[in-house]
Amino acid sequence: MEPLLNITGLTMNFGGIRALDNLDLRVREGQIVALIGPNGAGKTTFFNCLTGIYKPTSGDLLLTPPGKKTRRLNGLKPNKVTQQGLARTFQNIRLFPNMTVLENVMIGRHCRTRAKVLGALFRNAGTVQEEQEIVALSLMILENMGLADMVNEFAKNLPYGDQRRLEIGRALATDPLLLLLDEPAAGMNPQETSELEELITTIRDDGLSILLIEHDMKLVMNLSDYIFVLDYGKKIAEGTPEEIRNNPAVIKAYLGEDIEDA
Amino acid sequence: MDYFTELFFSGLTRGSIYALIALGYTMVYGIIGLINFAHGEIYMIGAFTALITSTILNIYGFPLPAVIILTVLASTIWAAAYGFTVEKLAYQPLRNAPRLSPLISAIGMSIFLQNYVLLAQTSDFLPFPALIPDFKFMEPYAGVIGTSDMLILVTTAVVMLLLTWLIKFTRTGKAMRATAQDQKMAMLVGINVDRVISITFIIGSALAAIGGLLIASHIGQINFYIGFIAGIKAFTAAVLGGIGSVPGAVLGSFILGLTESFATGYVSSDYEDVFAFSLLVLILIFRPSGLLGKASIEKV
Amino acid sequence: MISLTDIKKGLLVSLWFVFLTFPLMVIKINPIDKVILWRWSNMYWVAGGSFLCYLAMQIYKTRKLTRQEHIKQGLIKEKPKMQFKLLSDPKIYLPTLAVAGLFFLAFPLLFSTYQTNIMITALMYVVLGLGLNIVVGVAGLLDLGYVAFYAVGAYSYALLHLHFGLGFWEVLPIGGLLAASFGILLGFPVLRLRGDYLAIVTLGFGEIIRLILENWNEFSHGPSGISNIPRPGFFGIHLGLEQSITYLYYLMILMVIFTIFVVNRLQSSRIGRAWFALREDEIACQAMGIDKTKTKLTAFALGAFWAGMVGVIFAAKTTFVNPASFTFLESAIILCIVVLGGMGSIIGVIIAALILILLPEYLRAFSDYRMLVFGAVLVIMMVFRPQGIVANIRRTYTVQKND
Repeated sequence: MEPLLNITGLTMNFGGIRALDNLDLRVREGQIVALIGPNGAGKTTFFNCLTGIYKPTSGDLLLTPPGKKTRRLNGLKPNKVTQQGLARTFQNIRLFPNMTVLENVMIGRHCRTRAKVLGALFRNAGTVQEEQEIVALSLMILENMGLADMVNEFAKNLPYGDQRRLEIGRALATDPLLLLLDEPAAGMNPQETSELEELITTIRDDGLSILLIEHDMKLVMNLSDYIFVLDYGKKIAEGTPEEIRNNPAVIKAYLGEDIEDA
Repeated sequence: MDYFTELFFSGLTRGSIYALIALGYTMVYGIIGLINFAHGEIYMIGAFTALITSTILNIYGFPLPAVIILTVLASTIWAAAYGFTVEKLAYQPLRNAPRLSPLISAIGMSIFLQNYVLLAQTSDFLPFPALIPDFKFMEPYAGVIGTSDMLILVTTAVVMLLLTWLIKFTRTGKAMRATAQDQKMAMLVGINVDRVISITFIIGSALAAIGGLLIASHIGQINFYIGFIAGIKAFTAAVLGGIGSVPGAVLGSFILGLTESFATGYVSSDYEDVFAFSLLVLILIFRPSGLLGKASIEKV
Repeated sequence: MISLTDIKKGLLVSLWFVFLTFPLMVIKINPIDKVILWRWSNMYWVAGGSFLCYLAMQIYKTRKLTRQEHIKQGLIKEKPKMQFKLLSDPKIYLPTLAVAGLFFLAFPLLFSTYQTNIMITALMYVVLGLGLNIVVGVAGLLDLGYVAFYAVGAYSYALLHLHFGLGFWEVLPIGGLLAASFGILLGFPVLRLRGDYLAIVTLGFGEIIRLILENWNEFSHGPSGISNIPRPGFFGIHLGLEQSITYLYYLMILMVIFTIFVVNRLQSSRIGRAWFALREDEIACQAMGIDKTKTKLTAFALGAFWAGMVGVIFAAKTTFVNPASFTFLESAIILCIVVLGGMGSIIGVIIAALILILLPEYLRAFSDYRMLVFGAVLVIMMVFRPQGIVANIRRTYTVQKND
């Protein structure tokens, strides 16, 4: 069966610098796949290529929704990529700080709804119903995220960990097939990290596939079904957590760091 | 052919003036990423200060060289002081505000300064004395290039060289380039970013004042509104060359000056400003990074 | 509260401003007669004024700091915003609304035609402010050429009447649509650009439109403009001057209500949310599947539509249009209304428009300083109160918990 996301030969040049070099990567349906590597390895650049923020120099990004035809994501604008079923979070949280928590999630529904200016003016039955559905669904997501108590808070007033979760919730509201998480555990304490771990597992159990960039090795090893390792824009290893743990190239890339304890 | 040469030199003269103003835009944009709408007003204030100083000195009977030197000094010093103060009052408090805020503040400052000069001085056009008499040796070329045209070209060239030297080879220049690259990093390596920004405003304003002084004595009249149009045109030149790039600003200014000169000379002078604005709109649409600028990649 | 160092610093600041303003404020020359006028009194004003301003700012700063400190330490609670209370308590805002509504309805009966005329102008600016508010306040697109769309509306009435004899009611939507198409034409290529470029392009566009109107005599009759534009008709009945002004006044009131209704509905819709989000973070917006260009274009075109309609009304009110009515300063005034009122806040924009337009009319002494004050307002609001006099209030939702 075609993998959900199949990336072949992805290369990205910035001027003379090759940030990503001939990368091959796959995510199968229902998997949690992790992308790891030292700082500056090109992980976020990879996300930006995948989500249409950068235009890759070469390579193929193919998405095959279950039971549907394969689609090429290259050259699509970020909003189109999201519409195709990829949703992401950002390394430095990018919420809409002066909008409420609920509104942040409601924005995620934008690409799955259609009310236009005239609908907004006349509030016909269809628009009203659509709006109610947006609210109901967003509230449900917030409930699942454990943020139901603060729907009317400004996003900027939320504690750090909640902001991270809100960003995930917002991404979920776009009904993605594949969720891209860019260092979701960054800056979290162990307690918050383990809650996050639970959350990600629940999301996967609900049928989503997840591609994860993360530095917290414990989290990566616990969660992932499959791991890709990047260094200087090249893939240096791939495999199950067990295989990666014992891969000498990976250990070398991390400067001999004992990744089991990291 | 003569008409062509005449237009060519008048285009170069225009271009030089635009370059002097455009540098201020480009330097400020390079460092804090702000379109300093008030910059044209600084140029206008430079011209006014020059007019006031030279008139007073003339009335008190100072000799010509002293009048020229003191006028240049006064106009650059005061323009620099205005530039410095504007930055402190209207932009510095907004360093971390959303992008729109300093822009609106800049527009407010521009309107404020315009009306400040209008109220403090006059709304009429004031005649500006030709500070320097026509040189004898220029007489044979008078049909093509006048003394003041030549003066403008030479002064601009000298100023450009000085500025290039300053940016390339001095400590201040290095600090400015570092701040333009990455403000946070510059701060971490011990550069006083606030000071660098102030210096940038001071230099840019002084350059604009020289431009104001030269154009005023070239055209022979000024009023409170000259800064607005000149400002937009100089900004057009800066964008044309690639905003943030110093050589780009100069190149863009000459292109704009020549285009305007030929367009008004051969097509119609009614639409002089329309040419410049249309050029601006077209560049932004087709090549927003300008001729020498680099396309910027936003960090995510 | 004020320490000695503050005073010392204040003196230095005032000395600096005396130096700064000396050539322009104190000296006035007449280059033709070679006379110098020394206006020393101005210097004292500057010195005293800047000293007091500095002290006032210092006091404001320390008070704000201690407040924040106290809030942090939990000594005092964050004060619930006054406006928040005023606007959310129906016991307060309903009567206020009723009184204001009655006042505006009865205005032409209570005051002279002259006053009514001024009020019409103010109401026009209310609508213009609300229109620009969609663009600048809600979608965060700095449009400095808003007046160009206003001009398109005004001239479309003038010209369509001149050449084809069309009446006010036919042109009202046409003027709006024409302005909106201009908005789309300009916006389509430009809205892809960064925000500050948009500002300068719209500024340039505004000037281009004005210069074309000024110079293309065959088309627009040049600087002398077009006169004899009819006032709006009332079902074919001919109205006298006074009646037609009263009529126009009520028309304007209807227009204001209509605009408020539309803007309000838009803001709390799917599109309105996308606009707000776009203002907050463009990249995140795109990552949420929002088409940046299309969403911006909608806001831009809607804003232009409103400017076009008010333009038609303007032409009908003055019965005369010429390019001098559509300078950059006009755009600046409208921007000032939005900024002072509070970006995205409907009630704030209305209040700000009334203040900024009516005050100079009634305080004649103030009117010379009008543009100076407008410029200062833009700076001061950005530095001290970027949210405007009435901050935009986000809609809240009540959640029923089922536990």
